[in-house]
Amino acid sequence: MQIYDVAENGLRGLNATLQAQGKETNQTNWVVQNPKGSHAIAVGLDAPIDVTVKGSTGYYCAGMNQQAIVRVEGSVGPGVAENMLSGTVIVEGDASQYAGATGHGGLLVIKGNASSRCGISMKGIDIVVHGNIGHMSAFMAQAGNLVVCGDAGDALGDSLYEACLFVRGSVKSLGSDCIEKEMRPEHLELLKDLLERAGSDAKPEEFRRYGSARQLYNFDIDNAAAY
Amino acid sequence: MKDTDTTIPQTRPIQSATFTNEINSEIRRAAATGIYDIRGGGAKRRVPHFDDLLFLGASVSRYPLEGYRERCSTSVTLGTRFAKKPIELDIPVTIAGMSFGALSGPAKEALGRGASMAGTSTTTGDGGMTPEERGHSSKLVYQYLPSRYGMNPNDLRKADAIEIVVGQGAKPGGGGMLLGQKISDRVAEMRTLPKGIDQRSACRHPDWTGPDDLEIKILELREITGWQVPIYVKVGATRPYYDTALAVKAGADVVVMDGMQGGTAATQDVFIEHVGIPTLACIRPAVQALQDLGVHREVQLVISGGIRTGADVAKALALGADAVAIGTAALIALGDNDPKWEAEYQKLGSTTGAYDDWHEGQDPAGITTQDPELAARLDPVEAGRRLRNYLKVMTLEAQTIARACGHNHLHNLEPEDLCALTMEAAAMAKVPLAGTDWYPGKAGF
Repeated sequence: MQIYDVAENGLRGLNATLQAQGKETNQTNWVVQNPKGSHAIAVGLDAPIDVTVKGSTGYYCAGMNQQAIVRVEGSVGPGVAENMLSGTVIVEGDASQYAGATGHGGLLVIKGNASSRCGISMKGIDIVVHGNIGHMSAFMAQAGNLVVCGDAGDALGDSLYEACLFVRGSVKSLGSDCIEKEMRPEHLELLKDLLERAGSDAKPEEFRRYGSARQLYNFDIDNAAAY
Repeated sequence: MKDTDTTIPQTRPIQSATFTNEINSEIRRAAATGIYDIRGGGAKRRVPHFDDLLFLGASVSRYPLEGYRERCSTSVTLGTRFAKKPIELDIPVTIAGMSFGALSGPAKEALGRGASMAGTSTTTGDGGMTPEERGHSSKLVYQYLPSRYGMNPNDLRKADAIEIVVGQGAKPGGGGMLLGQKISDRVAEMRTLPKGIDQRSACRHPDWTGPDDLEIKILELREITGWQVPIYVKVGATRPYYDTALAVKAGADVVVMDGMQGGTAATQDVFIEHVGIPTLACIRPAVQALQDLGVHREVQLVISGGIRTGADVAKALALGADAVAIGTAALIALGDNDPKWEAEYQKLGSTTGAYDDWHEGQDPAGITTQDPELAARLDPVEAGRRLRNYLKVMTLEAQTIARACGHNHLHNLEPEDLCALTMEAAAMAKVPLAGTDWYPGKAGF
């Protein structure tokens, strides 16, 4: 196991070291000590390595991740795993705004709560939140799955495209063009897999599915009041 | 002789200056369709511009350089503040961001070819980087937009610079638009969107708000790219002094300021014509901000929006810009709005020079389209050569003026080389009204 102390050796050295790991690296397990809320911890990784961050982080932890597993033993600031392409990011605590924003792939697991705009503009990422999520989550979400084991705030899925939203608890309100949809067997199967991979013992049958009504995909004067 | 003409004189019909035929036709169009007018391009209204400035050539008090013999350098380096690899350009004219999607594949290729032959950079747009574009552009700036369509770290690392787009001169405060006609299979796949939808991009970045967040976003992008490449911040001109100062504070290497004449692929006409300020009005405040912060020439300023000639280039540089960017002019050089397509423009209800329905994807010139048959009309090699020629001519024109003013580098042009033809231009450019030593707002008059 490799240990990197951010307080001692700095952020640039951390990211340069982790980004330098190739597909064939034998240094696959890393522990990052003393993050102390630093921004841009473990960003731009692109190797099958396992990175454990011992503490809370600032903005954009694991941003644009590919292949790597990043575990945060604390809470994360805004934009965790933003624009992730692949790999897995697991947050033991809570996440601030924009968790998983614009993510194209991979799995983001938040074991606490996520703040507003969770999954904003997501493009294929899977996000599982064990707790609640804040308002305007999945705003303009294009693809991927957002699973919420707790409650969702106001305006869930506003201006949604083709992303699928699953919520176990209450939804304070749905955003424009977001509607509840039938939960079919393939959705239960998908949900089961995501919950298992995210370490949640919630039952797929307890969830409701939400998606786009597809009424705002093209300009129509009769929809002007929706904005 | 008796006057037998009993006709009562009539008042000639008077057209309203307020309700013009153009305004009335727009009212009728809105009433018929129920939707605002969408179009491409930049502001068409007359605004104070570079034509309202003149150069004061050399005379007794200054002597010129030999016009055809003495060297007048044109190179510029962008990104010297923090980037390990700043961009070195042979000429201070770059190609502004235009997306594959808004433009056809051959048009993007032609832009890359022309820019590369002229020794300058081209820029991606909303929708990501295509291999063709990267392959044909020796220096490529990768735009980082609110939509993040096609954004990925692999392309980010292939870029020679990153341009964080906060806004655009045609629509400061607004997001991009690409209507269903242009969301082809390839465009849809690149943007992760359903085919044929009317794509309306976000106007705000999804994971940051305000200059303090921007500073952290720039840090993240630098960490992902190893601090190698310059990071530009592009803003639509509205509050140029403060926007420039805040971009510098956030850590930008380069500030790109886009005036209201700057084009867009598509947005509401009301947005293009009524939001933002003219290019001429934004240069001096932006330069002032850089000077007040002690970073003029360390943080480079790129000006865009209605740049057409070498004279425009020279004037922008004289007012303190380090380089300019062109979009609409580059498309015209490729073949946009060419008279040879007049019959087809007429069929589309337009005419040469006025065609701006770029969002409809029916461009006869094959530039602003995703229709394979139309796109095939543009030969990217020939169009690239035309762009190269045009860029060379602009540079020669700017050199001609600089030499006449006694300068051996375009960057040695200065406000003192200029005067203004109108009060408005004098006030905006802060150069004297021609024949005087005064401009509006100048103290001590």
